[in-house]
Amino acid sequence: MNLTLKVWRQKDARSQGRLETYQAANVLADMSFLEMLDVVNEELIAKGGEPIAFDSDCREGICGTCSMMINGIAHGGLRGTTVCQLHMRHFHDGDTIVIEPWRARAFPVIKDLVTDRGAFDRIIQAGGFVSVNTGGTPDANALPVGKTEADRAMDAAACIGCGACVAACKNASAMLFVSAKVSHLASLPQGRAERERRVLNMVRVMDESGFGNCTVTGSCEAVCPKEISLDFIAQMNREYGQAILKNSGPRQSKGGD
Amino acid sequence: MKLDAKIPSGPLAQKWDRHRFEMKLINPANKRKFDVIVVGTGLAGASAAATLAELGYNVKAFCYQDSPRRAHSIAAQGGINAAKNYQNDGDSIYRLFYDTIKGGDFRAREANVYRLAQVSVNIIDQCVAQGVPFAREYGGLLANRSFGGAQVSRTFYARGQTGQQLLLGAYQALCRQIGLGTVKMFPRAEMLDLVLVNGHAKGIVARDLVTGEISAHAADAVVLATGGYGNVFYLSTNAKGCNVTATWRAYKRGAAFANPCYTQIHPTCIPVSGDHQSKLTLMSESLRNDGRVWVPKKKADNRPPGQIPEEDRDYYLERKYPSFGNLAPRDISSRAAKEVCDEGRGVGPGGRGVYLDFADAIGRIGEGAVRERYGNLFDMYEKITGENAYQRPMRIYPAVHYTMGGLWVDYNMMSTVPGLFVLGEANFSDHGANRLGASALMQGLADGYFVLPYTIGHYFASEKQPKARPDQPEFKKVIAEMETLTKKLLAVNGRRTVNSFHKELGGWLWEKCGMARNESGLKELLQKIPALREEFWKNVKVSGENGELNQNLEHAGRVADFLEFAELLVLDALERRESCGGHFRTEFQTEDGEAKRDDEHFAYVAAWEYAGAGRPPVLNKEPLDYEEVHMSTRSYK
Repeated sequence: MNLTLKVWRQKDARSQGRLETYQAANVLADMSFLEMLDVVNEELIAKGGEPIAFDSDCREGICGTCSMMINGIAHGGLRGTTVCQLHMRHFHDGDTIVIEPWRARAFPVIKDLVTDRGAFDRIIQAGGFVSVNTGGTPDANALPVGKTEADRAMDAAACIGCGACVAACKNASAMLFVSAKVSHLASLPQGRAERERRVLNMVRVMDESGFGNCTVTGSCEAVCPKEISLDFIAQMNREYGQAILKNSGPRQSKGGD
Repeated sequence: MKLDAKIPSGPLAQKWDRHRFEMKLINPANKRKFDVIVVGTGLAGASAAATLAELGYNVKAFCYQDSPRRAHSIAAQGGINAAKNYQNDGDSIYRLFYDTIKGGDFRAREANVYRLAQVSVNIIDQCVAQGVPFAREYGGLLANRSFGGAQVSRTFYARGQTGQQLLLGAYQALCRQIGLGTVKMFPRAEMLDLVLVNGHAKGIVARDLVTGEISAHAADAVVLATGGYGNVFYLSTNAKGCNVTATWRAYKRGAAFANPCYTQIHPTCIPVSGDHQSKLTLMSESLRNDGRVWVPKKKADNRPPGQIPEEDRDYYLERKYPSFGNLAPRDISSRAAKEVCDEGRGVGPGGRGVYLDFADAIGRIGEGAVRERYGNLFDMYEKITGENAYQRPMRIYPAVHYTMGGLWVDYNMMSTVPGLFVLGEANFSDHGANRLGASALMQGLADGYFVLPYTIGHYFASEKQPKARPDQPEFKKVIAEMETLTKKLLAVNGRRTVNSFHKELGGWLWEKCGMARNESGLKELLQKIPALREEFWKNVKVSGENGELNQNLEHAGRVADFLEFAELLVLDALERRESCGGHFRTEFQTEDGEAKRDDEHFAYVAAWEYAGAGRPPVLNKEPLDYEEVHMSTRSYK
């Protein structure tokens, strides 16, 4: 099939970007979307042009690196699918496809379709962990965890941190991402000891990073490649409310920790 | 070069305990005086960086990805082994040790493997404490499944996303330290070279992938956890960015490279669909617990699989290896698939594929139970191929997946360059000539959580080396070299793309140095690779400039190193005139086509030493002395 691509090109964070048009000829149904872009890039390089910069790594839908808006939809609109797993059999000969980077203030564009998602790492650094050092942990079977709880934790933990939820949200909210980690760890007994300070600290950094708030439109869930449920946002709100009510905000260490 | 593996004396089971006691310690207050650079943030790198920081060291961690959470450990699907014997099915540390040694075709170092089996149990405890959501039974205890090359169920898993969940555990531990200020993280940064001062590893030169800035970082020790070199084959199950650069540059600075010819070809990957293919996708080996592998008995039988009756099917793994059946180890299963396809009995486009059939399992336990176990894998298969594997068998074919070879390390994980430690897939130490399923995750975390944190302290306490500074002449010299190299790549301005070189190199290696190798093919490669390398430096076209995000330039640097490294891989394959594990030389096989090992002449680790540009590398041999295990012919029949 032959396609027309309108691709966002932007030299760097400071430059103005624009959509440019390219022709993708002889695209095969078995190609992934990124392989189609690889072919376009090979032609661009051969002709002395600049290839389109886009992020990808594992190309099997798990690392969360690939990230682009296709016709205005994060990852292209195939349910539960990252763009690296989106294949060209879902497009038709003659289609025009608009390709843009994630759009959110907290994810500035680095170049073309590549954005800086460092804010997600900073949120995890604020509290998305269980504070245990290596060694000295109890036997793994010492503390039984019900299958339902463990499954729920796994449902939340499946988040790949790609940022599609933010890109899809009209408020550029990161609530689905943050709530997935909060819910994963709050669902397990190992994570409960610090559940309050975790949610307070993570939400604080989320707000500081420039993400908007959730107005429950559900657009995040619709594009999430791991189909993380909106329920987790409800769980996070509950965790947050409890933490506020217990007034156990981020405690200042007085030493001796 | 003198290879001293520094294996502690004493009985196998007591070596590690004794060694831990005998190693020197650094007192807690002094640890903060030491800086450690960790390159790579997969399971090995992230676990090492987090643990070292917890102990009090100052850590700088580097990864080429935009976040440490994206390292390719994340793609491991099936699980992680540990000798917990939770299933009461006869597992033990000794059995895991023995299975790993045997699975590696008696080409791994006994003492390292035993230690790996010992600390495997701690890994599971650690990960559970971090909140890794392993699969559980209704009673609340951990679930296990079986994996290739083992007859016990010792594999722990988190749906089909075990690598992801373990990596997130390590990443979260790392994030906690970043938040505490004990680790400084450098994402989107690629190590270009290693810097030595007085013969000790004292830092690295790295390129900031966003700005192009090439800068020096000094430390008291350098840890490489940069993964394997499978992408030398172009098509592999590795992530697109995986590369050999860090380990190759370390080799050129004096670190011996061990057993580069040991590459693992995984039997269950989705077959190649066309010339555009950019990478291959693995279907977890756990599928072989319930799937049956077969091809038609007759050549070129083009009937749809459902219309081929039982009597016309050849379940060749079950036929040839009745006791392990579909769970035969990876090297054996891969070779068997190649064999039936070479006979013209392969299925799918090009005849390079075999069926992995779930019809029996669906009949036995129902589609729902199969979906519960493997749903995400079936979904992934459908996304890529457009076929529904609940209704027709999957088509699979072997693909390059893992590399057992890597930088040579002693028992302390230190390379032949003092102060340079190598962890995980980047080293050679634990898997011999073939790795068993669910053992890569085990090794990465063992090295990072439980081995390096002890041994690195011993190095610091034993070697009182002066502090290095990044403005020293040694660093400036390497920066200048790297800037020159980058300019040179951009200046060629030829007519061929970087990718076309990579693809050509990879295709040759797959053809002549893949699942089956022979002398004439390897010698042919030794002629062709230098010529391709020469052409690369005359005719490659790298777009853009250095002072920006330039993915084409990144790829060019990596391919330039692959073009050098490939020659060493082929040379090693040529020198090893035997078949063992993933290294199958067609000249050395038994009458029924099994690998024929030669313990008399080849029971050694081949550690290659760089001898300078244009000079042949020097082969050093570390003999494999087995104190505990008797080297036997590996049989899974």
